[in-house]
Amino acid sequence: MLEPFFRWCESTALGRAVAESVWAFPVLEAVHLIGLCVLGGALVVVDLRLLGLGLTSQPVARLARNARPWLVGSLVLMVATGVPLFLSEAIRAYYNTSFWVKICTLPVALTFTFAVRERVARRETDAPGATGRIVGAVSLALWFTVAAAGRWIGFS
Amino acid sequence: MIERFLGWLGETSWSVALLESLYVWPLVESTHVLTLGLFVGTTVMMDLRLTGIAFRKVPATAFTGRLLPWTRIGFVIMTATGLLLFYSQPLRYYHNIFFRAKVVVLVLAGANAAIFHAGVHRSAGDWDEDATPPRSARIAGAVSLTAWAVVVIAGRLIAYNWFDCDLQPQPAWVNRMAGCGVGAAGAE
Repeated sequence: MLEPFFRWCESTALGRAVAESVWAFPVLEAVHLIGLCVLGGALVVVDLRLLGLGLTSQPVARLARNARPWLVGSLVLMVATGVPLFLSEAIRAYYNTSFWVKICTLPVALTFTFAVRERVARRETDAPGATGRIVGAVSLALWFTVAAAGRWIGFS
Repeated sequence: MIERFLGWLGETSWSVALLESLYVWPLVESTHVLTLGLFVGTTVMMDLRLTGIAFRKVPATAFTGRLLPWTRIGFVIMTATGLLLFYSQPLRYYHNIFFRAKVVVLVLAGANAAIFHAGVHRSAGDWDEDATPPRSARIAGAVSLTAWAVVVIAGRLIAYNWFDCDLQPQPAWVNRMAGCGVGAAGAE
């Protein structure tokens, strides 16, 4: 049912341009990875703190507030590079299990991060409770799944 | 000498097995890439603090003290998986210009970190709480951010064979930088 849509994606001007260029795909991939580094850092600093590790001398709320622009910025960068990467090989992605794992986990991770984690982080002050620990662990697990499935798209 | 050693290394049975394995190589490579989020990620956050760009109210030593163990764990995983990947195809990587560029910049990044820790970080107690750290700390942070970005980009591009020695003709500067044997076509 969705296959025609994926075919259309690959036929878009942007998708074709990336697919036909020698450099575009590798450069987009490299920038996508830069985004991964910043995203990883912005997540890990706050999630470790929620788990009672890392920067334990700082209130969670402050760390979360400081990390937020980098979290949002890196996500924007990853989507901006990820979409053209996807468009260039949309049909291959359609038949790729890892792609579907990633694309289904991503909205869950995004919703959890901005609807649940952000609220919890804003409320946590000093010693994080059980809720903080669970939220930190779930956040790490969700984003790990997105990243691992993303890497595996290239192997499967 | 180096070539003969790497040639021998690449023919050892474990190296061949690693390169030809269906799942082990991709798992090692995936671990290497995902650890970027931990290793380079925490490094970037520390550098943002050192440059005074972000986390301005968080003491700098919180990053260089409490977060650094996590950066170190990332570094160990990065190095172990990176060495394994190199071991799977030593000669190919040795003659890959992106790999060579990556190693050079890695050394620069390491030297920058060593200079920072032996230098301005020793007096961190004096500027710990300053929203904008002293100039040499800001420079160390900026150099680190730049170096790691180059390392990540070069690392990703190692996968592409555009400049491989067996794809001749290549410009002379490419052959020189990649250490390709000059003369006969298909030198390596």
